[in-house]
Amino acid sequence: MPQTPRDLLLRGGHVIDPASGRDEVTDVLLRDGRVEATGRGLGAPDGAEVLDCDGAFVAPGFIDVHCHLREPGREDVETIATGARAAAAGGFTAICAMPNTEPVTDNQAAVGFIIRQAMRAAAARVHPIGAISVGQKGESLAEFGEMVAAGAVAVSDDGRPVVSAHLMRTALEYAQTFGIPVIDHCEELTLAQGGSMNEGIVSARLGLKGIPSEAEEIMVIRDILLARRTGGHVHLAHMSTKGSVELIRWGKERGINVTAEVTPHHLTLTEQEVEGYRTAAKMNPPLRTAEDVEVLREALRDGTIDLVATDHAPHHYDAKDREFADAPFGIVGLETALALVVTELVDGGVIDFRTLVDRMSTRPARLFHLPGGTLAARTPADVTVFDPKVGWEVDPATFLSKGRNTPYSGRKLRGRARFTIVAGRLVHRADDAK
Amino acid sequence: MTTDNSTLLDSRAMDRTLRRMAEEIVELNDGTGDLIVVGIQRRGVQLADRIVRTIFEREHVAVPRGALDITLYRDDLQTVGPRPVVGPTDLPWNLDGKLVVIVDDVLYTGRTVRAALDELADFGRPSRVSLAVLVDRGGRELPIHADVVGKTITVDTRDRVDVLVEELDGRDAVVVVRVDHS
Amino acid sequence: MTSALGKDLLDLESLTPDQIRLVLDTAVPFKEISERAIKKVPALRGQTIVNLFFEASTRTRISFEFAEKRLSADTVSIASSGSSVQKGETLVDTARNLEAMRIDMVVIRHGASGAARFLADRIESNVINAGDGTHEHPTQGLLDLLTLRDHFGSLEGLRVCIVGDVLHSRVARSNIWGLKKMGAEVAVCGPKSLLPYSIADFGVTVFSRVEEAIEWAQALNILRLQLERMHAGYIPSLREYNRVFGVSRERLERATHDVLILHPGPMNRGVEIDSDVADGPHSVILNQVTNGVAVRMAVLYLLAGGRPELAEAAKGGGER
Repeated sequence: MPQTPRDLLLRGGHVIDPASGRDEVTDVLLRDGRVEATGRGLGAPDGAEVLDCDGAFVAPGFIDVHCHLREPGREDVETIATGARAAAAGGFTAICAMPNTEPVTDNQAAVGFIIRQAMRAAAARVHPIGAISVGQKGESLAEFGEMVAAGAVAVSDDGRPVVSAHLMRTALEYAQTFGIPVIDHCEELTLAQGGSMNEGIVSARLGLKGIPSEAEEIMVIRDILLARRTGGHVHLAHMSTKGSVELIRWGKERGINVTAEVTPHHLTLTEQEVEGYRTAAKMNPPLRTAEDVEVLREALRDGTIDLVATDHAPHHYDAKDREFADAPFGIVGLETALALVVTELVDGGVIDFRTLVDRMSTRPARLFHLPGGTLAARTPADVTVFDPKVGWEVDPATFLSKGRNTPYSGRKLRGRARFTIVAGRLVHRADDAK
Repeated sequence: MTTDNSTLLDSRAMDRTLRRMAEEIVELNDGTGDLIVVGIQRRGVQLADRIVRTIFEREHVAVPRGALDITLYRDDLQTVGPRPVVGPTDLPWNLDGKLVVIVDDVLYTGRTVRAALDELADFGRPSRVSLAVLVDRGGRELPIHADVVGKTITVDTRDRVDVLVEELDGRDAVVVVRVDHS
Repeated sequence: MTSALGKDLLDLESLTPDQIRLVLDTAVPFKEISERAIKKVPALRGQTIVNLFFEASTRTRISFEFAEKRLSADTVSIASSGSSVQKGETLVDTARNLEAMRIDMVVIRHGASGAARFLADRIESNVINAGDGTHEHPTQGLLDLLTLRDHFGSLEGLRVCIVGDVLHSRVARSNIWGLKKMGAEVAVCGPKSLLPYSIADFGVTVFSRVEEAIEWAQALNILRLQLERMHAGYIPSLREYNRVFGVSRERLERATHDVLILHPGPMNRGVEIDSDVADGPHSVILNQVTNGVAVRMAVLYLLAGGRPELAEAAKGGGER
């Protein structure tokens, strides 16, 4: 374990903490890895480092419940350490690692490996997500109990859907013993097979096989119905369609235990990005239409969609430099997520900063039962201090992630993490921050 | 830069010249047997028509008139841009043993005629190929000469000699366009 | 200044009507070259062309090879078998190798949509798309336009229906764009399972019954039905396809007017087209083949050369 960190005094920032209802300019003192006190004009204890938070928001640390760190198996593409550092640079104090590695995270030893690697990295916290099925083969349940005991926070076969409705049902039932959500990647494979982008006029013009919205929606309603049957908590990953939003709303109205996430790219880009066969815009689920984007934004605002998750999916540059149909799905997101939400959704007038903090910190912590998500006294000192106005241009060469695959290269954005603090330790400081 | 046009041949003079050329062509080829008159696209084709018509009037023989577009045989094709328009070539006869007269409007560097000779060779082996031009302005870059010439003139290399024909230009004339570079 | 077509011919969607007209007009004199005893002109002498066929296509490859040879280009054809393609070389490596060999032009046929564009973005050479996945097959579209124009004199207002597997057809896409740009009215006809989901957004009429399509159209462009569509579950059987969508003499005779018949080949006789239609008096299928060489010659001619750095030096290259 790292030694006890110095006290940190966050001075003069605008604290937003939806969990405690705080929304004011004030100081925050962090001590022994916990939030010690909050109040205006706090004095700096001896030896404390004072962080100038003037002009910045001070929020409970952002949590990304969905990313792919590629370790073990593809350390050339990303490691737990590089992913955790990229997360810290992006303002995330904790991230959840999907289990579709090689080998799959489907047992307690594999879960323990991730936790050890994350501690060595000493950047953002990394919470492992265990597989639903052994080897993510969709056949028999993995050992949820042992994985949770080792530190897993949820289960998912992400990267692929749970094809068997029976397996999904038992997973939702069995997971309740351990109080963890079951995350599904909603994709009806026979409809999606061979598809590489949204099915619509663009796919028809480009001659690319499309993935219809229904490939997602069929699984969304199946999962919602199974959650109703079982009472389990189903969390729907990376929602991309208007229809999915309507179905989730239907489920929530009936008190069904369904939660959902949306990625920054599905909130900001459409299928048009694929024009010219840009593999940087190839992702699964695919980028949809402007109408879908509009509905997803509104759903994030009204809470139908609970949170923003990145689906950070690094790939080797070679893998994307090829024919569109053969290129892998996915983009990196840890280092652009905050700025995209600030620029497109807050500055775009869709949500306010309080909602941003709620969807990127408060709710992820609450729904996944994770430490953080609040700045209440005696809670873990996971804090993100971010500048809402600082402009910057996306340059993948500067990413701490090994992945450079982003469709946002060259995009001018506003909003940047000034300080990222995990358990009272400063793990990221913007170049020009004091 | 100013331009100044002066008419070298007006419509009547051009007509007279072409009639004389028709006569010389028949003479040169000892009559009209095996004779084929081939005009080079574009204005050579119209001049060839006039010559064939004159021959018919005088000799009561319809001499075949072909058309040759030499664009694809140009020696500067790899270097010009954008691509020149390709016109139709119409040489539906076997040229083996024929007496072919190439008709063009202006003889200058000789490169067009070089291309035309190359192209003709792909249509067969005429027993003789001769060249008839309305204007020879000198300035050859290849060892080529005309057998029948309407008018010989000397002009500055920067000047242009334009042959106008009724069918394409609305009137018959040969005009020297002087470009003053001073 | 590059050629009036630009550096590459990747699709018809991005061409202007003037550019399409230029190709068609240029193809006309090229047809005559193929009628000569010596079917060869020196227009592309010294130019090196690679025909890169990642997908078997004897017809298109031969058509391009003839077009190239009749223009005196030096050509090499690489089929997918026996090349490094089979050893797993990526398209980007192939592109780099071609670039290093200073190839003037590349003709590419590839199973992936966008492959031609992928190559064109990475090499200086002119790239001609000879069919990329289910995207476009621009030279086929152009030769179909030329064949229709030869027959009808103009494409303006012409009613053309594309019949069959539009979903998987690069020929269909090139035809739709080309015809619409030239002012024709375009319809498609086929089982809904073989039409793109957003087909109406292309601005075409959709017929679900081939009888209606025949009654409406002045020309039918009948697409090849691939056997694998049946295995993939798009249609129940070739037999039933022929019954419901096959173009037969009987169906054509029931129409109140003559309908011109085009087919990009190779034909499945007795499936999408009956033999007496393919060989019938209104079939211009062989004219399409003839026009294919001429159109490809025109495209090669228009794309080749025209190198900007030399254009200046060559000013006034002609006589006068």
